[in-house]
Amino acid sequence: MTNIVLAITEMSVGEALVTAGLGIVVVMAVLALLAVIIAIMSKIVARLAQEDNAPAKAEPAAPAPAPKPQEPPKPQGKPIPVTQSRGECDLTTVDEKDAAMIMAIVADQMGEPLNTLRFISIRPID
Amino acid sequence: MNITEVLKGLVMDSGFSAITWQQVVMILVACALLYLAIVKKFEPMLLLTIAFGMLLVNLPLGGLMSPPPEGESWTKAGLLYLFSQGVKSSIFPCLIFMGVGAMTDFGPMLANPMSLLLGAAAQLGIYVAFVLAIVMGHTIPGIDFTPQQAAAIAIIGGADGPTAIFLATKLASELLAPIAVAAYSYMALIPLIQPPIMRLLTTEKERKIQMKQLRKVSQTEKIIFPIAVTIVVVLMLPSVAPLLGMFMLGNLFRESGVVPRLSDTAQNALINIITILLGVSVGASADGTIFLKPQTLMIICLGLVAFAFSTVGGVLLGKVMCKLSHGKINPLIGAAGVSAVPMAARVANVEGQKYNKANYLLMFAMGPNVAGVIGSAVAAGFLLKMFG
Repeated sequence: MTNIVLAITEMSVGEALVTAGLGIVVVMAVLALLAVIIAIMSKIVARLAQEDNAPAKAEPAAPAPAPKPQEPPKPQGKPIPVTQSRGECDLTTVDEKDAAMIMAIVADQMGEPLNTLRFISIRPID
Repeated sequence: MNITEVLKGLVMDSGFSAITWQQVVMILVACALLYLAIVKKFEPMLLLTIAFGMLLVNLPLGGLMSPPPEGESWTKAGLLYLFSQGVKSSIFPCLIFMGVGAMTDFGPMLANPMSLLLGAAAQLGIYVAFVLAIVMGHTIPGIDFTPQQAAAIAIIGGADGPTAIFLATKLASELLAPIAVAAYSYMALIPLIQPPIMRLLTTEKERKIQMKQLRKVSQTEKIIFPIAVTIVVVLMLPSVAPLLGMFMLGNLFRESGVVPRLSDTAQNALINIITILLGVSVGASADGTIFLKPQTLMIICLGLVAFAFSTVGGVLLGKVMCKLSHGKINPLIGAAGVSAVPMAARVANVEGQKYNKANYLLMFAMGPNVAGVIGSAVAAGFLLKMFG
């Protein structure tokens, strides 16, 4: 196998410009290729996941015994109103304002109301 | 016994009699960096260790960077000389990359593959600095950077310390100290360097854009990704194998879920130990007699230009993507493409929130941010292929 170039000891400005242009193109091309691979990979994984779920849905459901009327779970203490939260969260070198922001982001990213999540501790990772 | 003679002898044998003005300057620089690390908390993990290594090596007669006397065992070498072999052999940068890989979540990037392009565009500064270094060599008397040196300097624009050290040791080991110091110093100064450029290139309306929530990425995708990237990129650019290979191995430790102890070691104990050894070794390479040259000043200037143009590249492509997506992409996230994980992503988030308090860009900026790590490794691989 041959190695392109090497051992260049001097370079004109024109050659430097060409090398720089080539470098940008190479980085763009490699990362664009990776983007395409990711897109294809995610499609394949999604398709496989769909196929895995489909037979499970297609199977006829076994006759289930008549369900017992379920008792509603006993509320432990006073239920939390949708707009409130309770409990304690350990904060290590994180102030309350930042902690509130982090909790809000996590809830937003998970698509869950904040009062259904439980935060045990928040600490910075060095 | 003549007390005066004894005292005179003690003074003559001490470092005070042997110290040079270059060492004094470097000791002051080391103290300034220690101040930035401890008081201003600028990248303290690295800046503190680098600064202390710099301080130690510039205290005369310590012999910390002395190679072993000819014909004698390596055990006779100075302590920091032995540490520095880990940098010269590229072992430390590659192990750091393994730790960074173990700490990296590629989820935001996998959820939005287009962010890879932002990571690529934010390598623009590398090539601008490369051309400028060559131009300087042709126009400024007394400055003559070889193409290898120009490439090693340019990689500062990748805003990735281990990559900069890796390339510098391969292409221009004599410039390792100024390149490493510039790279880490500018990474620490990202919150000061990037925002003015981001504001200059974007409108207030663009900065206010709130992006749509990213899709959930399956664990299978996260496991396949490091394997696929390693195969594809190393086949295309074999020279990048040590850096990228270790990066992806660390990430596979994390995502596979089958080696929690290895993942934990890579992202905690190992990276901490290597950070100490790498930081002190890099600092120890900043010997005053070698460091204090006009070309060091040029390298520091070129590093700043590289950082600035990398930010420009990312933000400009962000603007193009904003236009093409009819305003769905906030161009500020392009600036995070300069790597410097997660500092650059945090800067994009903070900048976005200045104009829209409800705008949380952090997760969106993490995509280009981790893509930038891959981008700078690919850029290093290209430069190594060209000039190695």
